[in-house]
Amino acid sequence: MGVIQGDQMVLNIGPQHPSTHGVLRLEVMTDGEIVSKITPHLGYLHRCFEKHSENVTYEQVIPYTDRCDYLASMNSNFGYVVAMEELMDIKVCERVEYVRVIMAELNRIASHLLGVGAYGLDVGAFTPFVHMLRDRERILDIFEYTCGARLLYNYMWVGGVSHDLPKDFKKICFKFLDYFEPKIDEYNQLLTYNKIFVERTADVGVLPADVAISYGVSGTNLRASGVKWDVRKEEPYSIYDRFNFDIPIGEAKFGTLGDCFDRYWVRILEMKESIKIVRQALKEIPEGDIFETMPKKIRPPKGSIYRRTESPRGDLGYYIESDGSPVPTRVKMRSPAFTALSCLDEISQGWMMSDVLCILGSLDIVLGEIDR
Amino acid sequence: MTIDFIINQFTEIIGNFPVAAFLVACASVGGLLFVLMALNAMVAVYVERKVSAFMMDRLGPMGQGPGLHAGKWGILQTFADAIKLLIKEDTIPKSADQILFKVAPFIIFIGAIIGLSALPFSSSIQAVDLNVGVFYIIAVGSIGVIGIVMAGWASNNKWSLYGAMRSAAQIISYEIPAGLSIIVPIMMSGTMNLQNLIEYQSGSIFGIFPNWIMFQNPFAFLAFFIFFISAVAETNRTPFDIPEAESELVAGWMTEYSGFRWAVFFLSEYANMFVVSGLAVAGFMGGWLSPIPGFLNSPVLGLFWFFGKVSFLIFVMMWFRWTFPRLRVDQLMYVCWKVFIPIAMLNIFGVGIWKLIFG
Repeated sequence: MGVIQGDQMVLNIGPQHPSTHGVLRLEVMTDGEIVSKITPHLGYLHRCFEKHSENVTYEQVIPYTDRCDYLASMNSNFGYVVAMEELMDIKVCERVEYVRVIMAELNRIASHLLGVGAYGLDVGAFTPFVHMLRDRERILDIFEYTCGARLLYNYMWVGGVSHDLPKDFKKICFKFLDYFEPKIDEYNQLLTYNKIFVERTADVGVLPADVAISYGVSGTNLRASGVKWDVRKEEPYSIYDRFNFDIPIGEAKFGTLGDCFDRYWVRILEMKESIKIVRQALKEIPEGDIFETMPKKIRPPKGSIYRRTESPRGDLGYYIESDGSPVPTRVKMRSPAFTALSCLDEISQGWMMSDVLCILGSLDIVLGEIDR
Repeated sequence: MTIDFIINQFTEIIGNFPVAAFLVACASVGGLLFVLMALNAMVAVYVERKVSAFMMDRLGPMGQGPGLHAGKWGILQTFADAIKLLIKEDTIPKSADQILFKVAPFIIFIGAIIGLSALPFSSSIQAVDLNVGVFYIIAVGSIGVIGIVMAGWASNNKWSLYGAMRSAAQIISYEIPAGLSIIVPIMMSGTMNLQNLIEYQSGSIFGIFPNWIMFQNPFAFLAFFIFFISAVAETNRTPFDIPEAESELVAGWMTEYSGFRWAVFFLSEYANMFVVSGLAVAGFMGGWLSPIPGFLNSPVLGLFWFFGKVSFLIFVMMWFRWTFPRLRVDQLMYVCWKVFIPIAMLNIFGVGIWKLIFG
């Protein structure tokens, strides 16, 4: 209020809008179709993650981490338990490590499937989205078969996992991977190499590497800008140093390095890498008791820890502070989607209305994680 | 069966009351056209749902229909939808322009239904046999834009306004390549009368191929594609559905509409698809002529061929919709002004030369 804007029009995209990927409100300043400024307004999905965490025990925080990045709950769990185990100095047994990696990578595939599918929806292609949801469903079936939950798993516990793998898990999982691998080529045929899709995404919303780094953007969005940086390789946690996999980076396939197409393409390539990891892990997984290393009482010593892991959206960090009681003093989550959203204004200035939603979709944000 | 025919019958049977005869004829033919429009929308919505479902590896509507419950193909789904729309609360935003808001759906509806009236369904079934049929359909095709802009403005909603502005720009732009490419059949046949245009296409090429205008020379073949793609754009279908792009503009100019008014928009959209497909069929694909030259041609079977060809084109539009992403506004204009219009102009030139050389 107060300032009169001459020719410009303020357009509120959201909080209820088909393609804000949740409840986000973008205050967009437009001159006709051209966008000059975007102010994201957050908080519509705020659930007081940090305040809740101060009032529940350490193991009760895990279900809250599920609800942060609800599309990759396994990875959210993973980050928290890795940090907790380092704080408590627990070395979990081999089998648990393998189970966790398999679950986290399957969930990465599921999350990327929804990410690229919804991105197709943002640029107007409905069919690929449904095809990807269909295949994501199979991953959710595997999760359901293992731990009974389809979306919010509460699967990884401090020192172990909640359920051991079912007996025929290997068979089911290999069957899924054999089914899924050729499907990626099908998506490419249907969406990736579509002329209109390339026209819409190539050269749009270019995020140069230096800008990405200055905003703290991480994960696929950073890699699409040509920076080869992945926590799984740079600071290997769990047993990621044992597997043989590549870090796909943006290659300016159709346009400029770091455009929307690159961000999309890196996700497609990353699914293939995740398949590789899951295959290797399934082959090497040893037998063992998953409850062996689970502590009876979770009471970490006084101190604090910051540990980051690679979630599908990027660099997911947990800062945990303990005063020696069973209740954490502070649990802070460093959200990769939040930093990704922060650069939206800079990279979408001067583009058109339709491109803004295209760029927003390419950043693959999850509002549950941004607002926490 | 045209309006003239009914007027003559009326005069013969009842007597010479020109005004009454005219009104009766218009009402009866208009009623029939409305039934056609409603049926077309009913069938097309059902087919669209099923086609999209099969393309997406889904089942589509399965619940409504005869039989106990699921598993019966959901044939009555569109009836259920229609009933739902009719009994739904009809909300009008408080700050909307009440009169324009109410008038807009009817203008769009009128634009669609008067286009239907000139379509040659068969050699003897046509509401009005105009000597400028092609011109007439192209002309009334733009009435809908007024309604769309009205709806967008009257809704007093930014999304609606965006949608309406985009739609107006798009429809007006794509009328040019559509108009330029429909000139090709007119040049070749020398008539704007749709019946004569179709009769011109009877016969065969080398005894086997149908003598459709689109097969007669390469320019006409190209013209058909330009016309059809422009027609898709004029009806606001994907990949040109930017006026109602659901991921950008919520529902474009229809955002504030609900219930029956919205149903009228929907009805008009499908009627427009029918009209442009009908014009493409009449202009390039031999109208009510059989695809196998001289085989099974009769006024009644002509109806079948005409509806078959139109259904095929409508199916192709659905196919587009569920396969392609959406273009951006500037790309859309680029395609129109820098690609289609120059090609369409060259086409006219090319057909002229072709006609000079090959007669």
